[in-house]
Amino acid sequence: MPNLKDLKVRINSVKSTQKITSAMKMVAAAKLRRAQDAAEQARPYAKSMERMIVTLAGNVVPGSGPKLLSGTGKDESYLIVVATADRGLCGGFNSNIVRAARRKITELENAGKKVTLLTVGRKAKDQLRRTHSRLIVKSVENLARTTIGFEQADNIARELIHRFDEGEFDTCLMFYNRFQSAMTQIVTEQQLIPAKVPELSGDEDQSEASAKALYDYEPDEEGILSALLPRNVATQVFTALLENSASEHGARMTAMDSATRNAGEMIDKLTLTYNRTRQAYITKELIEIISGAEAL
Amino acid sequence: MAETTQFELVSPERLVLSRDVEMVVIPGSEGYFGVLPRHAPMLTTLMPGVIDIHEGGSIVDRIFVAGGFAEVTEDRCTVLAEGATPLAEVDVSATEKSISDTKEVLKDTSDAVEQEKLQEKISNMEAMLAAKRLVG
Repeated sequence: MPNLKDLKVRINSVKSTQKITSAMKMVAAAKLRRAQDAAEQARPYAKSMERMIVTLAGNVVPGSGPKLLSGTGKDESYLIVVATADRGLCGGFNSNIVRAARRKITELENAGKKVTLLTVGRKAKDQLRRTHSRLIVKSVENLARTTIGFEQADNIARELIHRFDEGEFDTCLMFYNRFQSAMTQIVTEQQLIPAKVPELSGDEDQSEASAKALYDYEPDEEGILSALLPRNVATQVFTALLENSASEHGARMTAMDSATRNAGEMIDKLTLTYNRTRQAYITKELIEIISGAEAL
Repeated sequence: MAETTQFELVSPERLVLSRDVEMVVIPGSEGYFGVLPRHAPMLTTLMPGVIDIHEGGSIVDRIFVAGGFAEVTEDRCTVLAEGATPLAEVDVSATEKSISDTKEVLKDTSDAVEQEKLQEKISNMEAMLAAKRLVG
């Protein structure tokens, strides 16, 4: 028969675990709201930036123009930015990104391309170091101490552009989680360099397109474009990081919610066992007393 | 009220300002220019400088921007700023201290990317101070 004291200890320990997970869930929920706000606030800038790029890129002859837009003309080496969180305990959040990145690396390497990695977030580094340590050229950590600032995204973008100018890679891809809801995050692969120009669609964009030929440019199209493109890389990184942080908190919230629920179930089960055992002990003692009395 | 144009000032982190204005003066890279309603459409880069918002013939708001881009259409003017600070909130002594601090850091860095970044930061802050002094 199980020991009553052991059971009591076990129940207490599960109870304190439950307290921790439910507290973490609350914290994640609060942070999620903040992260979503930040992502919302950053949207107008990204949108306007995209509109300008579309306007300008429409006027550039394919194959000419700045390298950040048209590429190096080669397709041999890739830099993959893998963005995860710094901390775990958020379900499959980190592993999903890393798995998608690994698949891409294998695919590219099988095709005979050269791949290098830049990791953002501690988990990406920890997980990729085991299998691809020689590919990692740089790791960035401690992004999400408070909220993500544009400066951090800007630093990463500068690093990328610097390496691109040095001719280290032809294409830059980024892996991160796009936030859909607290329950669902979608692992997204995004091409940062050369810049992908979004397709025009919808009525509003149609009118934009027709207006674009009429713009005056100062200094000139090339000048604006070469200033705008690095900025665009930074903006895209920033957007991705914000989405990622919202996803992280969403994933943690969901994970902690189910952990709390599991702990509750476990407590119920243990309590049941505890009570049954206690009764069994009492019954046993009673039997002993009665049979002792009968023997007299 | 006179005809207005929809003015939007956005920084990467948030929408700083969105309002209807009568005229706004913007520090374009080729010189300051004023935007009134029905301005010809244009795209331009910005230099570090001050955006002035005019209403009823006088300036109602002055905002320092550290560079960026502006898109002007007939009824709309969007400024993508790289950092926007209302001029009234610029703290001269704090900025001066920040400049000298950054210069110290710059001396100790050898990384080219990092150096370029700090250099930019210093020149932005210096432009901000210059703008503040000019207005007084």
